[in-house]
Amino acid sequence: MYEFNYHRPGTLEAAAAALAAAEDGQVLAGGQTLIPTLKQRLASPSDLIDLGSIAGLDGVRREGDAIVVGAMTRHADVASSPDARSAIPALAALADGIGDPQVRNCGTIGGSIANADPAADYPAAVVGLGAEVRTDRRTIAGDDFFTGLFETALEDGEIIVSVRFPAPRRAAYAKFPNPASRYAIVGVMVADTGSGVRVAVTGAGDQVFRAGAMEAALGGNFSADAIRDASVPSDGLNEDLHASAEYRAHLVGVMARRAVAAAAAG
Amino acid sequence: MPVNVSMNVNGRAVVEEVEERTLLVELLRENLRLTGTHVGCDTSQCGACVVHVDGRSVKACTMLATQAHGADVTTIEGLADNGKLHPMQEAFRENHGLQCGFCTPGMVMSALDLVARNPDPTGGEVREWLEGNLCRCTGYHNIVKSILAGASAMRGGS
Ligand SMILES: Cc1cc2nc3c(=O)[nH]c(=O)nc-3n(C[C@H](O)[C@H](O)[C@H](O)COP(=O)(O)OP(=O)(O)OC[C@H]3O[C@@H](n4cnc5c(N)ncnc54)[C@H](O)[C@@H]3O)c2cc1C
Ligand code: FES
Ligand code: FES
Repeated sequence: MYEFNYHRPGTLEAAAAALAAAEDGQVLAGGQTLIPTLKQRLASPSDLIDLGSIAGLDGVRREGDAIVVGAMTRHADVASSPDARSAIPALAALADGIGDPQVRNCGTIGGSIANADPAADYPAAVVGLGAEVRTDRRTIAGDDFFTGLFETALEDGEIIVSVRFPAPRRAAYAKFPNPASRYAIVGVMVADTGSGVRVAVTGAGDQVFRAGAMEAALGGNFSADAIRDASVPSDGLNEDLHASAEYRAHLVGVMARRAVAAAAAG
Repeated sequence: MPVNVSMNVNGRAVVEEVEERTLLVELLRENLRLTGTHVGCDTSQCGACVVHVDGRSVKACTMLATQAHGADVTTIEGLADNGKLHPMQEAFRENHGLQCGFCTPGMVMSALDLVARNPDPTGGEVREWLEGNLCRCTGYHNIVKSILAGASAMRGGS
């Protein structure tokens, strides 16, 4: 690991100021992506700004019909949150399937979506549930948040504060995990919201995307049967030693049908 | 620049001067000579380094020492009581839950976090929970058996 200066600000304002003052600063959340990256010397920030001591950045709370998850909320705490489990069980279950228990004990939702790994789970929830991402500067629609491979709409120095998930009528997440890391080879979140069906796919492309044809088919008939033969084009999908693009395209259909069946069964 | 970090390790208050980039596992092993916490990989995947920080199991190789400032840390060395093995340690011994022993401290610390949440886990739940702990020797079967026996002993069973 290269050297860096370490800061532990007590407020969001102080964190933003430290970030702005640093030559090449980066915030540190759960460290489950950033620390391995630093250990491999794949990044060399001049300053790390640890968000761990800022009060009010973690925890799950209800806000009307929505669930608001603080950026520093660990995956394990979303998985076990009574509010998340009752209002959006699909979200709690998704968090419970990330990595392993120790990763879930440290890793945070803010870190996960800021990192925008194409195989990460939370992006499917942010887009699939039509969430909004609140930062220290503005609110970003979930649909606009992910902009490419490891790319987001966040500006330089912008800090995620929370993510607001409106509770759907019913939803479920199905993932075909990489057997070693548990990252999604393909993961699909299907949500029957008050205003239409959303189907968000992670792991398959360079960023999370919505499967429009499936959404339309499910809008008329929310059942696995309605998307019996559905898949997505394999053009441009990820290809690696774990799965070919064609295999991923096929898995999108399979995972979507599993998610719909689970959501419909309630 | 060196920084001072203080924490409680196995019930003992410690203050150490470390570099900012020092990992928790380095502080434990190199500063405090608590070498029961192992390092088995550099990709955060093997779990040989698992310790408890404020009651939760974490990978000590994937946390900066400064992130544990002010925390209560428990390592494998903190389990035995006056030389008497903790029931979970005893269960690993009784059930042949280790061969070379490299993964064992992490297995035991991870298992104790599971049992704290779920005192009576099924074999399937134990296997799921061990997602983050790799063993290159035993093939897991006896590790699972050990954890079930350890959980039972902790519940007051035989
Ligand atoms: C063995 C292993 C298995 C894993 N398996 C999975 C898996 O199955 N599915 C999955 O989805 N993930 C998986 N992960 C990744 C894990 O979920 C990470 O916790 C997550 O990607 C990053 O969150 P973090 O809190 O650890 O962030 P950090 O590592 O601290 O930070 C990650 C990035 O986000 C930035 N950042 C952090 N917080 C904020 C914020 N509030 N505002 C702006 N930027 C911020 C940081 O600057 C950094 O660039 C795995 C990780 C490991 C080590
Ligand atoms: S040493 Fe392998 S996970 Fe920590
Ligand atoms: S006993 Fe040898 S690695 Fe597990």
